[in-house]
Amino acid sequence: MAALGEAEQVVATTDSDQGDFNEAEAPGKSDDAPFFPSDSIEELIYDDLTEADHQTLHKGTIHSIVRQTSYDSRSETPNTVDQDTPDISAGEESLEDSAETQVNSNSISVGEQEECLDAEVEDEEDVNSPNWKNQKKHVFILSESGKPVYSRHGHEDKLVTIMGVMQALVSFVQDSKDSLRSIVAGKHKFVFLVRDHLILVGVTRGTDSTQQMLLQLMYVYNQVISVLTHSQLSKIFKQRRNYDLRRLLTGAEKFFDNLLNLMDSEPGLLLSAVRCLPLDNQVRDIIAQTIVQNAKVKDLVFALIIAKNQLVTLVRMKKYYLHSMDLHLIINLVNASESFKEAESWTPICLPKFDASGYLQAHVSYLDSDCQVCLLLLSVDRDSFFTLSECKDKIKTRLTRYNALEAIDSSLRRKSYSTQQCGITDLRHFLYKARSTAQYTSPELEAPYCLPGEDERLFGMYQYLHHRIHTSGRPLKILFHVGQYETLLGWVTQGFELYAVFGPLVTKTGAIHAVNKLLRWIKREEDRLFILNSPTF
Amino acid sequence: MNVIPNTGVGKTSVVIRYVGGMFSKAVSPTIGASFFTYKMTLDSYRVKLQVWDTAGQERFRSMAPMYYRKANAAMLVYDITSLESFYDIKDWVKELKKNVDTPIVMCLLGNKSDLESGRKVSTADAAEYANSIDALFFETSALKNTGIEDAFLQVSRQLIKFYETYPNSGLGILSPQQDVTDIFSSSSENVRLPTRENQQKTPEAEGCGC
Repeated sequence: MAALGEAEQVVATTDSDQGDFNEAEAPGKSDDAPFFPSDSIEELIYDDLTEADHQTLHKGTIHSIVRQTSYDSRSETPNTVDQDTPDISAGEESLEDSAETQVNSNSISVGEQEECLDAEVEDEEDVNSPNWKNQKKHVFILSESGKPVYSRHGHEDKLVTIMGVMQALVSFVQDSKDSLRSIVAGKHKFVFLVRDHLILVGVTRGTDSTQQMLLQLMYVYNQVISVLTHSQLSKIFKQRRNYDLRRLLTGAEKFFDNLLNLMDSEPGLLLSAVRCLPLDNQVRDIIAQTIVQNAKVKDLVFALIIAKNQLVTLVRMKKYYLHSMDLHLIINLVNASESFKEAESWTPICLPKFDASGYLQAHVSYLDSDCQVCLLLLSVDRDSFFTLSECKDKIKTRLTRYNALEAIDSSLRRKSYSTQQCGITDLRHFLYKARSTAQYTSPELEAPYCLPGEDERLFGMYQYLHHRIHTSGRPLKILFHVGQYETLLGWVTQGFELYAVFGPLVTKTGAIHAVNKLLRWIKREEDRLFILNSPTF
Repeated sequence: MNVIPNTGVGKTSVVIRYVGGMFSKAVSPTIGASFFTYKMTLDSYRVKLQVWDTAGQERFRSMAPMYYRKANAAMLVYDITSLESFYDIKDWVKELKKNVDTPIVMCLLGNKSDLESGRKVSTADAAEYANSIDALFFETSALKNTGIEDAFLQVSRQLIKFYETYPNSGLGILSPQQDVTDIFSSSSENVRLPTRENQQKTPEAEGCGC
């Protein structure tokens, strides 16, 4: 398959004659990972999303922990989520296509919609400012009745009219028992997600695919749930349909802003995978064991250490797993909140994939004076602050004594690792995701990608590769793409996803050899790069 | 319904000024509640203040009882440039009186007294109100560090007096030199008086085991 101007080789099956794709071994593989091996992008089947939330959100987990229900409550544990993971290859129409057909069937042409949007916004000063118009990506949250809740750019107050238009579009299509998924107009994609009580709209002229936008909107929706819980959200809107949700979200805007920024730069959210801080196996074990020994507290569900958006360790209660999406929300919470740096904090957080109906209480504290290493203890017991605070003191003392904090700190200062360390010429950068453990690794950004703008371009290329490989209509296993400035190789197997960026002159055989070599290198380093066991309390 | 949360009145700034001795303009809104401790010696009592600095936003309001339930003192902070934040105090006082059955020291703080030109709440009104609910009253400025020291000292004195007058009140287990305070809330400071001595010693004792 040849694309315009750029050559592209698609290998739809693995039994190709293009070279040796050896997928026997997936580095970073483990049966005992602390995360769900699920892929959010593959779970994004639109019809599932529009169904009532109780189908996709998980509830009762907290309740069952509190009541210490017996083992047969497995159906309530998030463990079983995967069974309804939809099969992506089920011949689903691509989102863009179906949106167009829908729009057409409702006899509104895309052009007309654009016009009507433009006309509506004419008298809005904010909307008309070139600055606002030139933003690459907009995200809006509005209530079902069209009340503004959040806008990434500009002030929601001034966007009342445009949000009204969005609400009108959605409900117009809904009236004919249909749903509006996306509109493509020129370079812009408008993506709509309708969930219980909220409408989320994403507009991009960037490299994001429609499906990737949908995933981002899912994240934003889950962030709302994380702040409010699904129960509270439903309750409020059942009482008053036109409630102004901004009142309850005061102070939470920064979570949305930060999350959206993370999504534009952090591949983990795109890949539904977690990045671990590279650390010697033994050191990581010591840290985990220290937590296990010193935080034996009833009702403590998860204990984790996060440093610079990377996971250092995670200890969990038996039977319960953390979903990578929930972990990203936790990382976002830590990343966006300066106030945790001042003192130990005690804050409620809802993890939508874990239990959307209630809060866990999080004890948040930094273990070092530079405020880089953050310990989170998540419990279902609202009154356990002082107990957990003592645990934290003990953990801190021990970790200092075993020089573990020092090890974390030096790993942070060394940064991750350089592409050169893999010893592969012409390889510029890569992302490797171990699917069974939902973790990924990638080297530091180096020249030319550390220049301003270039990092964004690189991320755009990964989005493109990811999009091509995961297109629901035509999923691929291998994609070899020769671009103007670099050559890209994407390769997905049962065990892993690999996205590699080479210099422009690399040949296909060369690239295949290189990735096989790379896989061997990752295999050698897997103990350091991934968390392969999952300690429990 | 006009329960506008009294966010941004400067609770965290007040606490940080007292505990950490500094002021930062860039204090970000508290998420949930932050916990501070402060130790001092006062009138031959060793006092340990345990302070809950709680978030003022409405969505955290349901958490409040968690903090004030066992508290011995409440600091109610309002912003002298905002009438609303002053009126909200009245709701908090009602709530506290309803839900806390042990004696509690209340202290009304009018923060941001450096912004005299924007003043909306007069000193006389506030003082009169404080008097009517039997609370201490101070006007403070976390920026200029005025009044805060005084406020915390007076609250501590009151607590000690409480302890002397009702040694067997709900504060119970208080050991003579130990006195523990929690502050919290959009507005409240709470004190709790469990014996912290034992708890503090345990980690060290265990530490030898390793």
